[in-house]
Amino acid sequence: MARFWVVGEPNADGSISKLSTEVATLARSLADAAGGDAVGIVVGTDPGRAAAELAAFLPRVIAVADPGLAGHAWSVPAAERVAGVLGADPDAGGFVMLGAGPDGRDLAGTLAALTGRGVLANATAVRWDGRLVVEMGAFGGKLVTSSGFTTPGGMVTIRPNMVTAEPLPTPGVVEAQAPAGSAALPRVAIVEQVEEAGAVAPIEEARIIVSGGRGVGGPEGFQLVGELAAELGGAVGATRAAVDSGWVPYSQQIGQTGKIVKPQLYLALGISGAIQHKVGMQTAETIVAVNRDPDAPIAEFADLLVVGDLFEVGRALLVALRERSG
Amino acid sequence: MHIVVLTKPVPDPAAAAERLGPDLRLDRAASPAVVNGNDEYALEAALKLVEAHGGEVTLLTMAPPSGADTMRKALAMGATRGVLVTDPALAGSCVRSTDEVLAAALRELTFDLVFSGFDTSDGNAGVVGAAIAARLGLPYLSNAAKIEPDPAAGRVRVRRITPAGHDLLEAPMPALVVCTQVLGEPRYPSLKGIMSARSKEIASRSLADLGLDGATVGGAAATTEVLDSRRPPARGATTVVRGSAAEGAAAIVALLTTRRLI
Ligand SMILES: Cc1cc2nc3c(=O)[nH]c(=O)nc-3n(C[C@H](O)[C@H](O)[C@H](O)COP(=O)(O)OP(=O)(O)OC[C@H]3O[C@@H](n4cnc5c(N)ncnc54)[C@H](O)[C@@H]3O)c2cc1C
Ligand SMILES: Nc1ncnc2c1ncn2[C@@H]1O[C@H](COP(=O)(O)O)[C@@H](O)[C@H]1O
Repeated sequence: MARFWVVGEPNADGSISKLSTEVATLARSLADAAGGDAVGIVVGTDPGRAAAELAAFLPRVIAVADPGLAGHAWSVPAAERVAGVLGADPDAGGFVMLGAGPDGRDLAGTLAALTGRGVLANATAVRWDGRLVVEMGAFGGKLVTSSGFTTPGGMVTIRPNMVTAEPLPTPGVVEAQAPAGSAALPRVAIVEQVEEAGAVAPIEEARIIVSGGRGVGGPEGFQLVGELAAELGGAVGATRAAVDSGWVPYSQQIGQTGKIVKPQLYLALGISGAIQHKVGMQTAETIVAVNRDPDAPIAEFADLLVVGDLFEVGRALLVALRERSG
Repeated sequence: MHIVVLTKPVPDPAAAAERLGPDLRLDRAASPAVVNGNDEYALEAALKLVEAHGGEVTLLTMAPPSGADTMRKALAMGATRGVLVTDPALAGSCVRSTDEVLAAALRELTFDLVFSGFDTSDGNAGVVGAAIAARLGLPYLSNAAKIEPDPAAGRVRVRRITPAGHDLLEAPMPALVVCTQVLGEPRYPSLKGIMSARSKEIASRSLADLGLDGATVGGAAATTEVLDSRRPPARGATTVVRGSAAEGAAAIVALLTTRRLI
């Protein structure tokens, strides 16, 4: 029987991450298709809340409370505890599914080494076709590949926003388990936790993103980007060029080394559409670009390209939107 | 300070010539190779630390023999020497083999720190660093925005980027650190650097040299396989609007209205 394990990632406030609820929803549908089951694992100092929240999406969630995690970086000791749960499972196979965010990929790397499982990373879709078939984008989205495991089990990390999280009609059960397995890997101490001002709501969750590039020219230009985002009820994004210039924090960068987003609307101002940026936003439902260069690469994948100066068009758009909303 | 930087040759994304061969493996001959962009940030961070504290930077790469040419570019940036693990049996390696082989190569080296890149532009997994750290029992510090080693105390502090800000992490050395672009833009090789790179040592290691067996790592032991590949569905045609700013704005409002976005 195929078992789909979902490793839940708790947020700093103890709630479950949105991405984990998406992964859980996907795991449930795979379990249905494969005639197997889906089980969650949440490891933390105090995993109760995250486990209960994950159980809204999975029939069974194992909560492992390990007070030894306090004051330490999470992923390595958590991976050892997950390995402890997997090791106790008589069916040694089974697929482990995690979010393709910073914590998920850290944990996946450690767990891969601990369990010898293969890894398919950054999945955009996963289906059951007599075996697990994992779709991923390759070469900046030029190709979509389908891959599988040659071994009975494996690990898959899932990109944000690929599935819509859907709770169960009735929540599942949470089962507490004592920490098990080896805890031999060095734990890294957290000396200080710093919240930075301006760390806004995660950009991956925004329905609308107004994004600026080098063409925006400086922090003053980003005021216009911010005003448009506010008027549309969206978030501000940026290219690496804008982030490297210090105009926008790294947390807002979209692309290969930034966030992968899938909003309903992506409004790109002064962005050329380099492949490393495109890979982070090409699955947006609607892409609108304002660029004075009609031959910029973004012209090839935008739904609408307005050729013109972003400040002039941006201000006119602000006026038009304000008129509309009265 | 001795720092080992893990650098992977990847097809140059700028050439946009990447493709899969008939065996559905990356066709490395189809595209010119460059040092993986994110590994250049790791190398830059290592070079700066060695400039400040003294010491050496060793590059470690697992790649076909042509990987030596790509490595010269990274040597020209200022690394001291390179180690290239290359073996015909490694073609078609999966993540598990990559981290097992790199971990075995690291066991032969002495170092205070190992740096890996955030991810690779052709593999994109971003998991190799964590897996190596676990295999070697090294402290693992990821997502680094700042790296501050204290060689006298034998410890390293790393500012790890988190969703809310950052965590300040501390661990004894040797340790493995995953670098991000926030550490700073990589330098361009100087002419002098390019000249001196020609005579820098690149040591070659086979699987047998590392005491590994081509039956249990590499292509023959891959845990994953590509089943097929296709082009993504094309997006619809692009509407291009030229004219006054007001006309441009009106076109945007019209589209957002029909798509019920406003
Ligand atoms: C390893 C690696 C990882 C990377 N990761 C990322 C990533 O995660 N995210 C990312 O974004 N990039 C990433 N990059 C960088 C990427 O290659 C591009 O350099 C970057 O996306 C370019 O940003 P841009 O579009 O803002 O700037 P440019 O390419 O300089 O484009 C600016 C555009 O603005 C237009 N413009 C200028 N002024 C105006 C005006 N007044 N009105 C209208 N239009 C105007 C220009 O015509 C031009 O098209 C990465 C690169 C590497 C090597
Ligand atoms: N074949 C390789 N040779 C050297 N370093 C590698 C190799 N593969 C991965 N790495 C390192 O591991 C990091 C993450 O790679 P990946 O998990 O493949 O995205 C890269 O940025 C490199 O620093």
